Amino acid sequence: MHLLRLNLAVAASGFRRYATYRVATAAGVFTNTVFGFILAYTFLALWHERPHLGGYDQSQALTFVWTGQALLAAVALLGGGFQDEFHERIRNGDVAIDLYRPVDLQLWWLAHDLGRAAFQLVGRGVAPMAAGALVFDLALPSSPAVWLLFLLSALLAIVVSFALRYLWALCGFWLLDATGLSALSTLMSLFFSGMLLPLTVFPGGFGDAVRWLPWAATLQVPADVLLGAHPGGSLPGLAFQLVWAVVLLAAGRLLQFVATRKVVVQGG
Amino acid sequence: MSDADDDAFIAVTDLTKTFRVRRRSGLLRRTTSEVRAVDGISFTLRRGEMTGFIGPNGAGKSTTVKMLTGILTPSGGRLRVAGVDPWKERTRLVRRIGVVFGQRTTLWWDLPLRDSFGLVRRMYRIPRDRFEENLARCVELLELDGLLDVPVRQLSLGQRMRGDITAALLHDPDVLYLDEPTIGLDVISKARVRRFLARLNAERGTTVLLTTHDLSDIEQLCERVVVIDHGRLMYDGALSGLHEVGQGERTLVVDLERELPPVEGITGARTVRTEGPRQWLAFPASASAAPLVSQLVAAYPVVDLSLREPDIEDVIARMYEGSEGRSPSTDSGRPGVQPQR
Amino acid sequence: MAETLSGACARAVLGRAVWGLRAYGFIAAMWIRSSWAYRASFAIMLAANFASTALDFAAITLMFAQVDALGGFTLPEVAFLYGTSCVAFGLADLLLGTAERVGRRVRDGTMDILLTRPVPVLSQVAADRFALNRLGRILQAGLVLGWSLTRLELDWTAGRMALLVSMVLCGAVIFGCVFVLGGAFQFWAQDASEVQNAFTYGGITLLQYPPTVFGKELVRGVTFVVPLAFVNWLPALRVLGRDDPLGLPGWMDFAAPAVALLCCAGAGALWRAGLRAYRSTGN
Repeated sequence: MHLLRLNLAVAASGFRRYATYRVATAAGVFTNTVFGFILAYTFLALWHERPHLGGYDQSQALTFVWTGQALLAAVALLGGGFQDEFHERIRNGDVAIDLYRPVDLQLWWLAHDLGRAAFQLVGRGVAPMAAGALVFDLALPSSPAVWLLFLLSALLAIVVSFALRYLWALCGFWLLDATGLSALSTLMSLFFSGMLLPLTVFPGGFGDAVRWLPWAATLQVPADVLLGAHPGGSLPGLAFQLVWAVVLLAAGRLLQFVATRKVVVQGG
Repeated sequence: MSDADDDAFIAVTDLTKTFRVRRRSGLLRRTTSEVRAVDGISFTLRRGEMTGFIGPNGAGKSTTVKMLTGILTPSGGRLRVAGVDPWKERTRLVRRIGVVFGQRTTLWWDLPLRDSFGLVRRMYRIPRDRFEENLARCVELLELDGLLDVPVRQLSLGQRMRGDITAALLHDPDVLYLDEPTIGLDVISKARVRRFLARLNAERGTTVLLTTHDLSDIEQLCERVVVIDHGRLMYDGALSGLHEVGQGERTLVVDLERELPPVEGITGARTVRTEGPRQWLAFPASASAAPLVSQLVAAYPVVDLSLREPDIEDVIARMYEGSEGRSPSTDSGRPGVQPQR
Repeated sequence: MAETLSGACARAVLGRAVWGLRAYGFIAAMWIRSSWAYRASFAIMLAANFASTALDFAAITLMFAQVDALGGFTLPEVAFLYGTSCVAFGLADLLLGTAERVGRRVRDGTMDILLTRPVPVLSQVAADRFALNRLGRILQAGLVLGWSLTRLELDWTAGRMALLVSMVLCGAVIFGCVFVLGGAFQFWAQDASEVQNAFTYGGITLLQYPPTVFGKELVRGVTFVVPLAFVNWLPALRVLGRDDPLGLPGWMDFAAPAVALLCCAGAGALWRAGLRAYRSTGN
């Protein structure tokens, strides 16, 4: 009970921290909306040539674009969030202090990141989606149950994205220069999440393989849940996300164990 | 150099700076209020004078220095530095002044010290022979020999500060602004920096304006101090005069073995505060601490001791007490003067 | 007499510009030397910059795995648009990309240090953190451009060649102006650095697709309001022998240099206004 309250407090502080930057939030909404327009037009052209490409009709494809823009900041598809800060603490050794705190390191950062995501889902997600829905004919579901499933799926997407970024940041225990790593993590996330192009459009065996990778759980699956287009229904989609979340969090836990032993052995 | 009047090398008349501050009041409403950070300050500095510029945080010190260095444009009043209007002719002015920000180095972290100085030479277009001459002098006096080829990140804080001072002097500025030049330095580095500044001022006649929180900086370097608070000039004159107004006191913080009644019978000291086993003893800044400590240790079960130097803030606070009634801050006939704390 | 006066004025302006460029040069050289201490990360970032734009192009080729034409344009034609816009953007990013750090400098107070030096602030801001690893982006876009040229089977007359060169150079100038405008804007709104991403990264995303893909209103907007269409769309359509969807007069295909000059004037004016605003308000 105490632990839950503590984590809620950490999450709330993450939320407030991002909520204070109003101008930055407005700037982000503007940029997401502009990108949404540009991508929507290219998708229109693509689906004009090939209706039902990737199993989507035109308005589903447009919905995919705007879902991507709405989730971009919350799911941290471009990386960042706690990742840079955590990496910096590893680099300058402050992480040694964190390890002596009574709270678990991974759980602490997860709570913090969930707080951030909660703010950005509302602050940076709603406005671009609304702008898209105003101008284009989107295939948004009318059933509240689907929206609920989508929110659940978005939450799982945030957790998977967190677990991935946690792993990337932990690599900093072995590699001192973060810039290359964070660039690589952003590239993989952009391409394999479906942000550039839905993974269902990727051709042949390559497409099949890409859809099983963890990045698929960060955008492709939530978008499919919203569109009601996940093969076999939404529940297998959520299960897919849950499995990756558990596996990646466990991997993070394991890597953290190895890394902190290294810190203790080196004496900080 | 005939364009500047030596008696009023830096001339500040009725200098004012107001900022508009927007505050949220309610969910969407914002109210805009004007804050006078600097409120009609006047003073002149002679060429070659070394002056301490002090005041509490938020008193308007750094705003004034920013106007003197051409960074900020004044809202009112007149300002002339070395014959130049700082805000009108910023680029002409900056060739005649040197600036050292104590908490922000301008040196290149990953490059040898020499490279940072080379960049200064190019930026200020300093002729090669003059550059070499100035560099050699600074290196000798600031004891930087052997450090020129070391990357800055490997230098100590004191060495970096001496590097920053060198960088500010390579173009022979007539005026040097120093903002907290001894902050965070150890005793030896402080002494080195102070010795150098005194010599620079004496030998080359460089006009120096020094802002600091360390009263001993001022004591050892400046005959004159200018004190501002709430954007107003509080005092301008000899340092000794300031001491008369607000007697400086040092504090000895004593940790005793256990909680005891206030310490008594120590010559020249009085207990000003107790908190559990810890007690605070005040004594005049001019007196030595050594006899005090020996008396104390002989008479009381002392666990630990530490000495606190008189704080500028203390001195200024005392100044208010001593000069109530004629203090310029109390006759504020102007409404809307909000201190910026 | 009037002539000599205006001559002196012009010489002063020219002298200041030359000095600004020289200052930019020696500050950038310091950054290159400084980054030499981290050679491994230079190689990694060069590769990362190469790969990040390569993925954009990979997405385009994936699209063309499904369709033969997009908005009526074939893959080599789209690659031509991609190559020209990305080389132009890459040059601007290499030379002026760090102008987006103005807001951060205002927040942490280092803008004040720049103002105490006898070097134009724009030179100092633009040369800040100059990094040759941004060449990775130019290299990748250059390769795509080269590939498209071999596949387009165009008749390379002197006019087409000149148009191609001017397209890349003027495009770089226009994008550079966007960077400077974005930086200047941050003197007023320090946290708004993301707004310029809409015009820079959004701009190249837009320009790598044919204008026929987009709504006429959007095309009009990037022609007359934010003149990104002059970076490559208008001249590229002329090179490819295509009509533009707005049916604009033909001379506009050659107007890029004039537009670039206008942009410079606008960006310069806003930069000066921003700096003036900063100096009167502080932070």
